Amino acid sequence: METQLNELKSQALEQIAAATNVKELNAVRVAYLGKKGPITDLLKGMGKLPAEERPKMGALVNVVREEVTTRLEERMAILEEQAINEKLQSETIDITLPGRPVKTGNAHPLTRVIEEIEDLFISMGYEVEEGPEVEKDYYNFEALNLPKGHPARDMQDTFYISEEILLRTHTSPVQARTMEAKGGEPIKIICPGKVYRRDNDDATHSHQFTQIEGLVIGEDIRMSDLKGTLSVFAKKMFGDDREIRLRPSFFPFTEPSVEMDISCFKCGGDGCNVCKKTGWIEILGAGMVHPNVLEMAGYDSKRLTGFAFGMGPERIAMLKYGIEDIRHFYTNDVRFLSQFERTEV
Amino acid sequence: MLVSIKWLKDYVNTQDLAPAELGEKITRAGIEVDAVIDRSEGLSNIVVGYVESCEKHPEADKLSICQVNVGESVDQIICGAPNIAAGQKVIVARPGARLPGGMKIKKAKLRGEVSNGMICSLQELGIEGKLVPKAYAEGIYVLPENAEIGSDVITNFDLDDTVLELDLTPNRADAMSMLGVAYEVAAILEEEVQLPEITYTEAEDEASSMLTLNVDSPEANPLYAAKVIRNIEVKESPMWLQQRLMAAGVRPHNNVVDITNYVLMEYGQPLHAFDYDLLETGNITVRHAKTDEMITTLDGNERKLSLNNLVITNGEKPVALAGVMGGENSEVSENTTTVVIESAYFQSASIRSTSKEHGLRSDASSRYEKGVDPNRVIPAAERAAQLLAELAGGEVLKGTVLFDELKREEKVVTVSPDFINSRLGMKIRFEDMLDILNRLQFKTEAINNQLIISVPTRRQDIQIEEDVVEEIARLYGYDEIPSTLPETATTPGGLSPYQLKRRVVRHYLEGVGLLQATTYSLTAEKSATHFALKPTELTKLLMPMSEERSTLRQSLLPHLLESVTYNTARRMDSVALYETGSVFLKGQDELLNEEEHLAIAMTGLWVDNSWQGEKKAVDFFVLKGIIEGLASKLGVEIEFERGEMDGLHPGRTAYLMLDGRRIGVIGQLHPTEQKARDLKTTIVMELSLAELFAEATDALLYTQVPRYPSITRDVALVLSKIVEAGSIEKLIRSAGGKLLKDVRVFDLYEGDNLEAGKKSVAFSLTYFDPEKTLTDEEVTAVHENVVAALVESGAELRS
Ligand SMILES: [Zn+2]
Repeated sequence: METQLNELKSQALEQIAAATNVKELNAVRVAYLGKKGPITDLLKGMGKLPAEERPKMGALVNVVREEVTTRLEERMAILEEQAINEKLQSETIDITLPGRPVKTGNAHPLTRVIEEIEDLFISMGYEVEEGPEVEKDYYNFEALNLPKGHPARDMQDTFYISEEILLRTHTSPVQARTMEAKGGEPIKIICPGKVYRRDNDDATHSHQFTQIEGLVIGEDIRMSDLKGTLSVFAKKMFGDDREIRLRPSFFPFTEPSVEMDISCFKCGGDGCNVCKKTGWIEILGAGMVHPNVLEMAGYDSKRLTGFAFGMGPERIAMLKYGIEDIRHFYTNDVRFLSQFERTEV
Repeated sequence: MLVSIKWLKDYVNTQDLAPAELGEKITRAGIEVDAVIDRSEGLSNIVVGYVESCEKHPEADKLSICQVNVGESVDQIICGAPNIAAGQKVIVARPGARLPGGMKIKKAKLRGEVSNGMICSLQELGIEGKLVPKAYAEGIYVLPENAEIGSDVITNFDLDDTVLELDLTPNRADAMSMLGVAYEVAAILEEEVQLPEITYTEAEDEASSMLTLNVDSPEANPLYAAKVIRNIEVKESPMWLQQRLMAAGVRPHNNVVDITNYVLMEYGQPLHAFDYDLLETGNITVRHAKTDEMITTLDGNERKLSLNNLVITNGEKPVALAGVMGGENSEVSENTTTVVIESAYFQSASIRSTSKEHGLRSDASSRYEKGVDPNRVIPAAERAAQLLAELAGGEVLKGTVLFDELKREEKVVTVSPDFINSRLGMKIRFEDMLDILNRLQFKTEAINNQLIISVPTRRQDIQIEEDVVEEIARLYGYDEIPSTLPETATTPGGLSPYQLKRRVVRHYLEGVGLLQATTYSLTAEKSATHFALKPTELTKLLMPMSEERSTLRQSLLPHLLESVTYNTARRMDSVALYETGSVFLKGQDELLNEEEHLAIAMTGLWVDNSWQGEKKAVDFFVLKGIIEGLASKLGVEIEFERGEMDGLHPGRTAYLMLDGRRIGVIGQLHPTEQKARDLKTTIVMELSLAELFAEATDALLYTQVPRYPSITRDVALVLSKIVEAGSIEKLIRSAGGKLLKDVRVFDLYEGDNLEAGKKSVAFSLTYFDPEKTLTDEEVTAVHENVVAALVESGAELRS
């Protein structure tokens, strides 16, 4: 019986080793260790043995069974891993195929510029004010020290709807309205919006465009505060190493009036085609609020002073992104619009 | 304003600064120099030649063979100009010469004849054709007889000059003259101004013996000065005068006209010369025009005058439109021997309205409009008299015929140094302020620490303290202003709820895949109310640039759809755009009711994952889903109610309802509309953001996450096709009571297995009790209620 047992064992181990997959190995398990298998038969047949041989034979059968079991499990582990590997192999995909497209939209480049400017000034405590695009002559001109017949009205060709109603030529009427509404109190606002001028549309002119203006009124607001504020703006918007320079200019609603240049962000001031070889780029107009404007809105110009500035998001976007034709902003070519998707941070 | 630096040097020492450097200094001090133009750029080896003989070219009718003495030799030059003649002094570009545009002159053969250079027109020297005197406009320029043969044309005739082009702001009318620019440059460079010295000999006879003057409109014309000069010879002006005028952008005519223009440029004071004999009456009367009076101005136009127009008359008929343009009937010509020079002060408003009324702007009117210096009116007349004596051989009659009621006090501005420094945020010393005011030649007294400034009449832009602040700052240097931040109370800043919501909408729409577009507010009349939610009367411009941009839009969609077509026409078949912007509706007020709208237009594929076989074209429900998502972002409930609108598919259009108000519309474009716009299936929507944002959003409070499971039951119904799923959903919700948490359509079938006119709709109902786990029996009880209600309503259960 012992011989029979050893033969059985070597036969089982042989078949375990020969099994090439989980299924075959399971068949081996059933064949040798199952309820109808030879080892079970042997254990059943032990009753026929003399009583003194039974423990010895029992131990022997158990040893064989354990060894077969162990080897079977070892083999099983190998075959299972092999099976998984084969499955994975068969499941390999071409990871270079394109992903499932996700729809992405984005803001118009002008919105992008305006929002960036808004957020910068909001962080400095400004509120955002808006106003009507169809405006009264009074708010667009007269309240801004531009009475009827003022020569500076020639600077802006205006779309009139009636004698007294027009399409605003700048966002300054929002300042005039806010001042009137605030009744002599301090103000810190930024005013973005669409404006209109009687221009023929071409690469550098558009009858509709956008502006963003700022106004600060308070006690002891000085021209140095204007310069400091614009300097913060220039650095945030165009880079930390930007220098600014102010040049005297003229606007009827400010006195003194200035134009602000920034050192060229492309060449750093050495001169290039962006800055027309001057090293400087004109960015905005600004000045100290004219006392007539303050007085007309009910402010005591001896007690409160202020500064104002205004710029064109189109110009800023054209400079920043190198856009050559202002009409792109209003054509809505998706090949243009979708370029303003990614962050610049 | 074009400023010749050579000319400018008559009045101020420019310290031999390079023109670009001078220009930069002027710019930094406040007058922008737009361009620095070197008049001799690209010119070399150009000399005075004497045409000794001139014969027709045997082979070419239009060419002449000239023997030209150029000093060191007599060269043969072939010339094509019609006005070439022997005995002329001409401009010769010799072989090796350079002309503007990089042209190089070489010895050449023209139809077999040698040509040693070229005889030049002024245009060939780079002078604009419209500035070349008429006599030489079509040919070569003829130099004066005394020009030295062989001498350098560029240096002898002042072409070695640089012109600064000033871009003047409206306040700096003072710089519309050479003297004004000289004062500015003097202040910048700390130099003195040298005024022209006016001396001439007067005749015995009094001017007033020949000319009488009446001014009937002293408010519009408070000062009128006239000089009478006789025995003049009208001829070409000397070369230097012609060159200065051309450098200043003025075309030379004859010495009389040129002198008036020269003094205009020099003093900024417009002058006019009348032919005394053509005046006929020996009288000048200034008055307003009478109804239906006519005048033919020097530009050849006959103009009907109105009562507002100030005119110069000879006592009977108009001879000039005052301050704007002279009349043909008194124009100076070659036959003129006696001239009347007018130098007057006309009120700017009067000139502006006349100039505007007749659409006529001249060098004179543009200066009067901005206001001339009252103290230069008479000196300018004297200066013209002097030049007419010197350059036209004229005899100046004694005295000036004068009407003078003009006040010319200097404006006094008192300002304290503290005021100046506190406005600037600087600490400029008192002495430095005084120094700057002196440089500007503003007479200044310092009393009790106050600056009492008498502003010269030439600087009419200086009226108030702030104007002085600017003068001090610009000459002290804006670079010296420190950078500070306002020392005011900290303010919170931020966006209004409306503005915040607009950003939520924008970011959401961009997140789901829409590109933001911006279109024009002005549109054609015919499309102004197309797709308008609340069409009103049109709002049109008084003077549109074109019909296409004549009327304010009442809907965003027409232009947004144009943008879609623009893209599809360029083979971008899938387009999804949105825009936020104002529409302009007539309201109660004279101002319009401007309402901000949101519009979306989409066409082509919404999902395009081709290699995995997923493609989904945009349809009504894609856009509806986007709006539903938007509503939940904003915490509002938008309902869709069957609607109709011109241009939209009658069966695929819905109104967007918020709290019972119609705030927008969604739909598929009508096939006819699509075809007209050259579009394929296109879905659009427009709504009023103002109405969408009208109500404040409720505070956000969290609801407990369910602790008990929910149970789902399905019900499939066969319905008449005209029954809307929405109405069945409402019925289910009301029958389901509070345990029914959600109802969803999960299947729709309209096919062969159904009776005609029927459809099958399957709903999935979710039951839930926040307090406990529902039992099957409880759910069954409620669900049976629902089913019973459905059956009662006529729905047929599908087995
Ligand atoms: Zn540069």
